[in-house]
Amino acid sequence: MVRNMIGFGTGILFGLGLAVSHMVDPGKVLGFLDFFGEWDPSLLIVMGVAVAVTFVAYRMAKGRSAPVFAELFQWPTKTAIMDPRLIGGSAVFGAGWGIVGYCPGPGISSLAYFAPQTAVFVIAVVAGSAAAGFIPKARIPVVSGAAAGSSG
Amino acid sequence: MEDFTPISALIGGGLIGLSSAFLLMLSGRVAGVSGMITGLLPPAKGDAAWRLWFLGGLIVGTGLYRVSTGDGVETLVFDATMPMIVIGGLMTGVGTRVGGGCTSGHGVCGIGRASPRSIVATLTFIAAGAAVVYVNRHVLGV
Repeated sequence: MVRNMIGFGTGILFGLGLAVSHMVDPGKVLGFLDFFGEWDPSLLIVMGVAVAVTFVAYRMAKGRSAPVFAELFQWPTKTAIMDPRLIGGSAVFGAGWGIVGYCPGPGISSLAYFAPQTAVFVIAVVAGSAAAGFIPKARIPVVSGAAAGSSG
Repeated sequence: MEDFTPISALIGGGLIGLSSAFLLMLSGRVAGVSGMITGLLPPAKGDAAWRLWFLGGLIVGTGLYRVSTGDGVETLVFDATMPMIVIGGLMTGVGTRVGGGCTSGHGVCGIGRASPRSIVATLTFIAAGAAVVYVNRHVLGV
């Protein structure tokens, strides 16, 4: 299964990047979110460089008809900006991020540190995600562009 | 600004960018961690296994860094108590699923695709996170 091996390899690269840049440390992330204290811009550099590399890859991908080991590129196709689910969900996530200092990626990757707090966080994220599957979508009249689903 | 670590941030950001670039060019997939969690929950589709491999790779990648540097668990600094970690984790799970992405899917891949939705989402979660940290550190003084 070549796509499983691609997933594993890119996961290792991602986990290595999170550890090298100290994004696995919730204290480091809270230092970035503390704009009115001893602000630590490191996360901005991490995200900026990662975005720049992804931007180049996306330009390259758009010039191709298909990825190397799959039939098609699968990126989200929704375009609505004034989407209550997008903004409301992101606000709830951001508040949780500000409470703990973990987002899902570093939460899972730093399970490698065997800290009980990390395990509790990851279990809570999975439980929250499962629970959110029961939140009805129909009440909010936003036309969904595709069934491709979430991007994050 | 004394905690600013620009060199390791440059290298780490480059590795994360390469990960997202390879996943896109080779498998045609977006490197969004919360989306992978959602994609593994029922009703998971037939091609879900690669997501589990990616998440396992995340742990292995950080584990390799730990083994090669001798980095200890004291590296992780938690301000939040266990009950607050549960609440924050639940909010992260709910919010990323409803909002369709997290720091990787919206913040790295989405902005890398110049998606207006991802730019809105990223500005929203950074603002919300900053507001919570402001209240915790500068109003409540936790």
